[in-house]
Amino acid sequence: MRSIIIAVLSAACCGAVTVAAAAGEKPVQLKKAPGLDKVEANCAACHTLDYIPMNSPFLSAAGWDNEMTRMINVFGAPISPGDAKIIGDYLKANYGQ
Amino acid sequence: MITRRSLLEAAGTGAMLVGAGHTLSRTFVSQAEAQAAALNLPSQLPEGTRREAVLDALPGKKPLIKLSYRPPNYETPIEFLRTAITPNDAFFVRYHLLDIPEVKAETWRLSIGGDGANGEGSLSLNELKQLPAVEVAAVCQCSGNRRGLFEPHVPGVEWGYGAMGCARWKGARLKDVLDRVGLKNEALEIVVAGTDKGSVDKTPQFIKSIPVWKAIEDTTLVAYEMNGAPLPHWNGFPARIVVPGWTATYWMKHVSRINVVTKPFDGFWVKAAYRIPVGKFPVVARFASQETAVNTPITEMVVNSLMTSHANGATVKAGGKVTVGGVAWDAGYGIHTVDISTDGGNTWTAATLGEDLGRFAFRTFSYGVMPTKGNYKIMARATNKIGQSQASALIANPAGYHHNVVQTLNLVAA
Repeated sequence: MRSIIIAVLSAACCGAVTVAAAAGEKPVQLKKAPGLDKVEANCAACHTLDYIPMNSPFLSAAGWDNEMTRMINVFGAPISPGDAKIIGDYLKANYGQ
Repeated sequence: MITRRSLLEAAGTGAMLVGAGHTLSRTFVSQAEAQAAALNLPSQLPEGTRREAVLDALPGKKPLIKLSYRPPNYETPIEFLRTAITPNDAFFVRYHLLDIPEVKAETWRLSIGGDGANGEGSLSLNELKQLPAVEVAAVCQCSGNRRGLFEPHVPGVEWGYGAMGCARWKGARLKDVLDRVGLKNEALEIVVAGTDKGSVDKTPQFIKSIPVWKAIEDTTLVAYEMNGAPLPHWNGFPARIVVPGWTATYWMKHVSRINVVTKPFDGFWVKAAYRIPVGKFPVVARFASQETAVNTPITEMVVNSLMTSHANGATVKAGGKVTVGGVAWDAGYGIHTVDISTDGGNTWTAATLGEDLGRFAFRTFSYGVMPTKGNYKIMARATNKIGQSQASALIANPAGYHHNVVQTLNLVAA
């Protein structure tokens, strides 16, 4: 039974999250809105996407800018300036104050 | 890679999942909401945290409150914090970085060196166990425990009450390990590194330093046992640093390298992170070589307590005796009293303290009340043996550390 569930979850994860998702982990469903594809493609390389709703909805636009800057400059996230703009806009619009 | 066990089977949703395809996500979302409601998460947590947190079991662990899957950040539900010792399989899990190798006991080695050491050396696990063994009962608490209760909220892992636990840690004294190479007089800090790392090369590896004076205290350990068993993988197998009295940021898991340095370590996790404003908190222990004019590394824990006997808002029977209680702890000065107020903080009466497992351990407390029908607000306030008490109002700080505001437990007697 367990292996069947894990197999189903694996299939679900590959579509819904990223290839990095582990079997058995429930997919994190972020709000479907423009920019979600860039969020999934970039942010999930270093952490699961639950970090985003966990930190909501209390960050201002400047607060999300700070987080983006921190991820790129402090933690070395290889996010292009174009993607960073799209991701920032998504976060502010969907998970902002 | 350790495989993960999900709670889906326990929740009885397995049949719904098989072959469910596109309806899968909706099942998960509704299940998550139901779980969150059952978790009694503090109402002060960010709304998004309350929605996203679920019970989930990492391999070898009981279901804990999942805040993030990877890096794994899982807190202990308060029902496991009613006793002075927290079970290993319910102990909280906190990681900063994604890549957490499963370390093999047979091949693990702890290397020791650095410009402040008299040479280089290394130990196998068996060699570590041949050093004199010491056991200390001590609280391991994340610096950011209760961050989620900060108002206004600050970003980070939005912990409720359970990023802490108390265990009997057994290991060799760090000073005995350091004696394998010997310290120079100029040795300033002991730098400790584990095996976990980020998925991107540029991510600063999680490395910490400890001032020499603290590192060579008799109670600072390289621990390989927790409550009489090998450390769980998620709590640092095969060995971790244990710094009783200090927040868990110094308790390096999967420790593999110790560097003795003669200059202040300038890694991100010491120089920029885990810092508190200078002069705002009543802490005695200083990390002088890392202090700046504005901030300083967090060091010892502040005195604190938590009522764990009841969930907030629980209904109790009117007309009978109800015992409330929980645990209290501090940085190792020892708990002097835990006082209880049932009248909004106007009057306080001492609770009964439980067994003393040592100055670094949780101290249980209990207090009997005889409620008539109605709503009750019960407050607990711990005071330690150097006269420090819990804060009555939040001390704001940018990273959300040291939350020790007196808690209020609401009970309904019916």
